Amino acid sequence: MIDFALKTLPFLWEGLTVTLYVSAMVVALSLVAGVLMGIGFTYGPRWLRFLLRVYSDILRGTPLLVLIFSVYYLMPFAGVNLNPLPAAVIALSAFKTAHVGEIVRGALQSIAAGQTDAAKAIGLTFAQRLAYVILPQGLRRFLPPWVNSVTEAVKGSSLVSLVGIVDLMLASQQVIGRTYEPMPVYVLAAFMYFLINYSLSVASRRLEARYAYIRE
Amino acid sequence: MDYHLNFNFVWKYADKLWWGLALSIELAFISILIGCVIGLALALAHSGGGRVVRSCVTAYVEFVRNVPLLLLIYLIFYGVPSIGGFAYDATESFVATLAVYSGAYLVEVFRAGLDAVPKGVIDASKAIGLTPWQRFVSVRLPIMLRIVLPSLSNVLISLFKDTSLASVIAVPELLYGANWIKTNTFRQVEVWLVVWPMYLVTGYLILVALRQVERRFSLNRQR
Repeated sequence: MIDFALKTLPFLWEGLTVTLYVSAMVVALSLVAGVLMGIGFTYGPRWLRFLLRVYSDILRGTPLLVLIFSVYYLMPFAGVNLNPLPAAVIALSAFKTAHVGEIVRGALQSIAAGQTDAAKAIGLTFAQRLAYVILPQGLRRFLPPWVNSVTEAVKGSSLVSLVGIVDLMLASQQVIGRTYEPMPVYVLAAFMYFLINYSLSVASRRLEARYAYIRE
Repeated sequence: MDYHLNFNFVWKYADKLWWGLALSIELAFISILIGCVIGLALALAHSGGGRVVRSCVTAYVEFVRNVPLLLLIYLIFYGVPSIGGFAYDATESFVATLAVYSGAYLVEVFRAGLDAVPKGVIDASKAIGLTPWQRFVSVRLPIMLRIVLPSLSNVLISLFKDTSLASVIAVPELLYGANWIKTNTFRQVEVWLVVWPMYLVTGYLILVALRQVERRFSLNRQR
């Protein structure tokens, strides 16, 4: 049993690096786009807020797998030929952006209006208000749910195996294809996913407890 | 761009999509029903049980919540029969998976719901001499259900979307139908342009229907 685990581990490890790579890309891209989206949601003109609302509702209303397949198969139709990896990263990031955008919106809107008024009263410009007053406070409300949402990105990255990217999920499938021992391999893979995500959930809970004093 | 959209092939096999959609909805509903039973039982076990029971429930919840659903599907469909020495068909296995999966989320929902039942109501029901069983069935349970209704509908919507994963073990739901048409007619662009809205609109309709139910049973309803 241990011997078996040791033999399969290098393959799973290779898959794990791909899973981590895809997750990191998605988390980074969706963080940048999501923060912009959240700011647009909160301070943008009405037409922009409407467009963002439509985007967010459509993306969050679509099953992630359908989204990945759609991007993968529709992109060539739009004249863009993509390898599976960029297509999957784009689909996952677009999906994640909608979620991060909502988290940012919630965080920004939870900050008391008096803060903005006070910042205006001392003559800060919009950019200054955002940088020195709103965002630092919003960060505390943003971090715990965002760290938690990173676990969703890691879990969601398992779907890239279905367009043929050899991540942890597909690597374990391939090992099983050779060894015909599904249970130990799946348990091993589950353990790896669990380790990553559980530490993230614990971090999220710690952050939440730490910033709880400001949640009134 | 020399591609000409031709939806005829999609319409020709549209029954695959409609039956697939029906099965998707069915899978979501059956799974959430079983999931509710698991969730409620474990929530009660967690609030009433000793330390061992508690940590078992927590371990279950944490495990399921921190592992991709796709892995759980494979684990239950390919893994469990391989050591159990039995086999079940894909649909049963998927319902079992989705029930176990939703159960883990519903434990948390029901725990929060049970905690949110006002203490005064329980005390009042004690005062009028209801037995513990009566207190649970006719006081705590109905109030709790009405409190958790919005969370339940969120879980149901998300389960409906998750049924798309059943296609990987060849359960003939909507995405499986889409893949079937795609591989048999090569009209993939048209298929995705039809299936995507089907998921969106159905999810939205379920949401609208559930919001009506929520309003009907809301505790803050204007009388």
